[in-house]
Amino acid sequence: MDLSSINPILLLASLMVAATPIILAAIGELVVERAGVLNLGVEGMMITGAVCGFIVAVNTGSPWLGFLGAAVGGAILSLLFGVLTQLLLSNQVATGLALTLFGLGLSALMGQGYIGIKAPEFADWHIPLLGDIPIIGPVIFQHDPMVYVGLIIVTAVWAFLKYSRAGLILRAVGENHEAAHALGYHVIRVRLLAIMFGGACAGLGGAYLSLVRVPQWTEGMTAGAGWIALAIVVFASWRPWRLLLGAYLFGGVTVLQLNLQAAGAAIAVEYLSMAPYLATIVVLVIMRAGRAPGSLGQSFHASR
Amino acid sequence: MITLEKRPQPSRVWTFATPVLAVVLTMICGGLLFAALGQNPFVTIRTIFLDPLFSEFAWFYRPQLLIKGAPLVLIAIGLSFGFRAGIWNIGAEGQYIVGAICGAAVGLAFYPTESFMIFPLMVIAGALGGFIWAMIPGVLRVKFGTNEILVSLMLVYVAEQLLASMALGALRNPEGRGFPGSRNLTQYPSATSWINEGVGMHWGVVFAFIAVIFAYITLSRHIFGFHVRLSGQSPRAAKFAGVNPGLLVLICMGISGALAGLAGLFEVAGPAGQVSIDFNVGYGFTAIIVAFLGRLHPVGILLAGGLMALTYIGGEIAQSNLGLPGAAIQLLQGMLLFFLLAVDVLTNYRVRPKHKVAT
Repeated sequence: MDLSSINPILLLASLMVAATPIILAAIGELVVERAGVLNLGVEGMMITGAVCGFIVAVNTGSPWLGFLGAAVGGAILSLLFGVLTQLLLSNQVATGLALTLFGLGLSALMGQGYIGIKAPEFADWHIPLLGDIPIIGPVIFQHDPMVYVGLIIVTAVWAFLKYSRAGLILRAVGENHEAAHALGYHVIRVRLLAIMFGGACAGLGGAYLSLVRVPQWTEGMTAGAGWIALAIVVFASWRPWRLLLGAYLFGGVTVLQLNLQAAGAAIAVEYLSMAPYLATIVVLVIMRAGRAPGSLGQSFHASR
Repeated sequence: MITLEKRPQPSRVWTFATPVLAVVLTMICGGLLFAALGQNPFVTIRTIFLDPLFSEFAWFYRPQLLIKGAPLVLIAIGLSFGFRAGIWNIGAEGQYIVGAICGAAVGLAFYPTESFMIFPLMVIAGALGGFIWAMIPGVLRVKFGTNEILVSLMLVYVAEQLLASMALGALRNPEGRGFPGSRNLTQYPSATSWINEGVGMHWGVVFAFIAVIFAYITLSRHIFGFHVRLSGQSPRAAKFAGVNPGLLVLICMGISGALAGLAGLFEVAGPAGQVSIDFNVGYGFTAIIVAFLGRLHPVGILLAGGLMALTYIGGEIAQSNLGLPGAAIQLLQGMLLFFLLAVDVLTNYRVRPKHKVAT
């Protein structure tokens, strides 16, 4: 094995890229769970976003429109989950699983004519001054725009939950829906909006895989990224900043194992590929999760 | 507008009617989907749901029904225990793979010795493999409070990598001229799970029926079944009744893991024949749909497993005869689960027209 072939600067730079789809999907799910809804369909929304984004981007030639399409696709699919769990009061765990199975089938069907095509890329943009700083420049400031969009969304969610009135209502709905209802807030409406935001974010995360990271469409290409995003929300104790930490930790493991594969490590490729999943399990065990939102996973029905 | 009113008790009529209603709705929506894909909806629906049973080639398809149905029923029966108690083992696919690897490894270790002892040993190894794989999320949940949904799911991806490494490395056929995949177990009389290949009978089918009977008796007649049902409906009441929640998690995970492992072993030693990279085809996930479609009841699961096997076979026929994409069948199965969850509201709630309350 040749460890000197691994460039630490490139490693850190690709870490940020590897973490971005997880950040996008996880921050959406974080908002959903803070509103008291457990949507296990992240994987399905991500893969649907990946294919929607890819189709739109290929047909319009614009990656920006692709990401928009992915967000809309993810939100529409999540609305299906929202209607079932919020209006028809179905079990959230089972419905989330159904959403994943449905999304995998739907994306495979939609993406049939798009296998083997290359996606249009973002125009190369070089951030002046910041991008030229040695070491820090290539690591932090020379990425595609979506990396920064992800970070902006995390910051916005943090500020929204901490400082805005709407964020307070959302947290109240998640902590105790009976009390929030008694205060006159529309529990179902708040939750539906949160679910759609989660779907849109998961769609963006999926599109990041199919438009930037890979950039191609293949069936089942998310390969568990949605589930890892769910794990990272638990790891983060439902707090946005810790979510970033978890996603970068995960991105680091992914990138490191890819680099070790390329450097010809003595361990078989299959065992290295297990690393991100095993790391997720280890993280779930070691980190004692903080307290989950009080009404997480419970259906709300205003009975008289 | 309409409003929902909670029923004091779940409706008995709707408990039986909702799965049927869901199937009918899926057929209608599936038909619309197929029409959108440029197919004749009536022909497609008939091909998927009726041709495997009643067409002129049905003699060929009927055995397939047993072959596809057996693993689904075996896995779903195991999952139903946990689902009833609120323990979500989503990683049956991983337990299925590991069971197959362990069972096949034992069989291959004895090659080419012939003995009646080999197959029973393989069965034990398969069940044990699935059991141990399911114990990982079980023990982690009991000891550390980790979420068993996420851990069991992560282990599916780990198991898939393990399968690839086994098919390419340790279990590869030494006489296979370097091709990936193990020796073919169906050509090794002491290790094959076939009883009669012509009618689709293998030991997995036998075990599936035994599992249904065993689950039925356990759930309706045994104190353990009572504890499982009680824990799902009211965890607090279960505690007062003397249920040890940690032990219950381990037992439920263990049962579902062992049954999934068994299903994997019977598949690898029979219909699949060998350990190969693409051995698993998603039975572990489809079994979740089967468990819910069967309302977590053993007899219901048996019927649901049959129906789901039908869509698999009908899907293959539609794929080869009508050129229907394979993903459309996957979508149809997902749709079925959605409709089932949606119409379930009728079991627990009464739909009433909304009337203004005079104040």
